[in-house]
Amino acid sequence: MAGEFEPHPDVALVERVRGGDVSAYDSLVRKYERQVFRIAQHITQNREDAEDVTQDAFLKAYEKLEQFQGNSKFYTWLVRIAVNESLMRLRKRRTGKMVSIDEDVETEEGSVPRDLADWAPNPEQNYNQAELAEILRKTIQGLPPGFRIVFVLRDVEGLSTEETAETLGLSVPAVKSRLLRARLQLRERLSRYFRRKKGPSETRLGKTGLGETGMEK
Amino acid sequence: MTCTEFLALLDDLIDGTVSPELRTELQAHLGRCGHCEVIYNTTRKTIEIYRSHEIYDLPAGLRERLHSAIMARCKKCS
Repeated sequence: MAGEFEPHPDVALVERVRGGDVSAYDSLVRKYERQVFRIAQHITQNREDAEDVTQDAFLKAYEKLEQFQGNSKFYTWLVRIAVNESLMRLRKRRTGKMVSIDEDVETEEGSVPRDLADWAPNPEQNYNQAELAEILRKTIQGLPPGFRIVFVLRDVEGLSTEETAETLGLSVPAVKSRLLRARLQLRERLSRYFRRKKGPSETRLGKTGLGETGMEK
Repeated sequence: MTCTEFLALLDDLIDGTVSPELRTELQAHLGRCGHCEVIYNTTRKTIEIYRSHEIYDLPAGLRERLHSAIMARCKKCS
């Protein structure tokens, strides 16, 4: 990690906000609005909710800035607020039905790769931007929520395994296990769109997966 | 190394958190197992695609909305 002894540039911005300079907070908003909105959208799956959550998260962070400890990164602190606000929003919406991202999902789907067809080189180029975005949205929306949020924080937003675990209140092994399954499930589902186009003699495995296809157990 | 053992370490290989010795073993498995090579490459590609494509556009006007909301709460700004 670069500059363990050099303060993160956010620290100076936070200090300025604490000193009453609200324009420094605008800088933090501009820097992280995209990430916060994305996380909120991935959790709530609803655009209006995600907008409200983004506003609530930035307001809450602003009001609680005094409580922010300089020993954690402002970004991860903000992400934690955004995740909590998103979950609260979900619970409000689905009254009566508890929404949980901390219970493990009993699924074997994707933990054993079945589609072993290779992908086309740069497969995303076979689709226009709108089509590709639709494929990516549809695919990730199909993941169990607890897998989706781990993948988003870890692989899209770049949090470390430890930061992801802390943000979600999960153990490190739980994050690791969900991340692997999330990645494999996404890979499996994207394969439908990105596989090299060939005749019908595809390498497509039956339900039993490993063992029947030359893969060693 | 079997495919099951390889898959158990797939994330560590992708994230670069394996020891050099283990990396060599994993690479050796990749060299002789076409299936695992496909899984490794396509999983990395999956991550890369999600990382490099914005799938949710930021709503127009959100920044202004955030700015006004914050200004409204700012006690020292009036």
